[in-house]
Amino acid sequence: MPASPKTAVAIRGLTVVRGGSVVLPDLSADVAAGSVTGLLGPSGSGKSTLMRAIVGVQRIASGTVEVLGLPAGDAAVRARVGYVTQAASVYDDLTVVENLRYFARVLSVPANEVDRAVTAVGLEHHEGRMVRTLSGGERGRVSLAAALLPRPEVLIMDEPTVGLDPVLRRQLWDTFHSLAGDGVALLVSSHVMEEAAECDTLLLMRDGHIIASEAPATLLARTGTAGVGEAFLALIGEKEATA
Amino acid sequence: MSPAATAATATRVLEQLRHDPRTVAMIIAVPTVLLVVLRYVFDGQVATFDRIAPPMLGLIPFVTMFIVTSVAMLRERTSGTLERLMSTPIRKLELLAGYAVAFGVMTLAQVVVVATITLGPLGADSERPLGLVAIAVLSGLLGMTLGLFVSAFARSEFQAVQFMPMFVLPQFLICGLFVPRDRMAAVLEWASYAAPLTYVYDAVERVASPGALGTAFWLDTAVLVGVLALALVLGSVTLRRRTD
Repeated sequence: MPASPKTAVAIRGLTVVRGGSVVLPDLSADVAAGSVTGLLGPSGSGKSTLMRAIVGVQRIASGTVEVLGLPAGDAAVRARVGYVTQAASVYDDLTVVENLRYFARVLSVPANEVDRAVTAVGLEHHEGRMVRTLSGGERGRVSLAAALLPRPEVLIMDEPTVGLDPVLRRQLWDTFHSLAGDGVALLVSSHVMEEAAECDTLLLMRDGHIIASEAPATLLARTGTAGVGEAFLALIGEKEATA
Repeated sequence: MSPAATAATATRVLEQLRHDPRTVAMIIAVPTVLLVVLRYVFDGQVATFDRIAPPMLGLIPFVTMFIVTSVAMLRERTSGTLERLMSTPIRKLELLAGYAVAFGVMTLAQVVVVATITLGPLGADSERPLGLVAIAVLSGLLGMTLGLFVSAFARSEFQAVQFMPMFVLPQFLICGLFVPRDRMAAVLEWASYAAPLTYVYDAVERVASPGALGTAFWLDTAVLVGVLALALVLGSVTLRRRTD
């Protein structure tokens, strides 16, 4: 199946085997440019593995992952993809601004972009603080700022809003929506079903399978439910009834 | 190779060290104090101290940089920063070269201080002090690359620090510092040829002693540079862009 021009990430028949067990069996999915795609599912359903495959750091058994028309992890595509891991991947023993300056230089991004990224995640008053002294949520935001530095065309974020206060969460979602408005493809994972309302498209994941891939409203209408958590249960029930 | 990514990494590693002045102080002060102690251990046999001080100067940076690098690299792996870097355009050799530059600077600082004290107030002699410093820095870089390589096999910092007694202490015993190698059991003499520290010891011996350096010295140096290059390549192989 050829990827449509709006498709930023095209996954076909992806199989990942880890430690002898199949984590992702023959998975196919798309992530569209200019929209927020929510990857929802319980912990252990394979969300992080799927995200690692998209950024090209996951060893895969078979299948293809294309990002912006190139194989995932290709040298030409790495600078165009931002990746926020679940645990903040920044240096504890550097200040906020030292961390960002380093990643900016590695990514060949001009130094003034550091200020923009700091502002985007609301850390203006913490630039000189050692990351070690920040709270978990603040560290996560440093990690996010590092991913925003290269103005990525694809932004892959593993549970970026976990543990944030509601005001900050609102602010981050606004940032994500404005990035989508600029044409960025965002894939945001969460195990909190309420976050579904923020997304344009949902990928519901369970045991390595995508059990639904549609807009939140369509999903609710189709399952006749009032919330994504309920819809999730309905889909599982449906599947087990047919099995 | 982009010098920018290498320079950025070197700066970053040095910044990390700057925020950890206690580690820097220990890197420099611990060997200095040890050599002072050694001098007074041999108070009645100053000739023995004079013989072993230059080799100690050459061997110490190897040990220090082996430990520091294996822990630093392990942290890079476990903190997720290595995975982040592997998702960016940086090349593995650019990253490793950055580490080499930063730890090279650190080694030079250590060697200059320890050599100044040892060859100055402690009264040890070296025929070519600058040559001695050069071999000691090479030794530090060798320890760094080997530490980098073995860190791939450690799952925790506990394991990483155990690699020092496992890989470094045996080399210390058989490199010729304690007993000339041809007077050890034959098996150990053969084993000593496979130990990188043997060549550090030999090179330092020759550079510190009077007389021409001779081809043996250059052979030692060539072996050291070769092992360093090999360890760097092996180390870069252990930095996998894709992992399970």
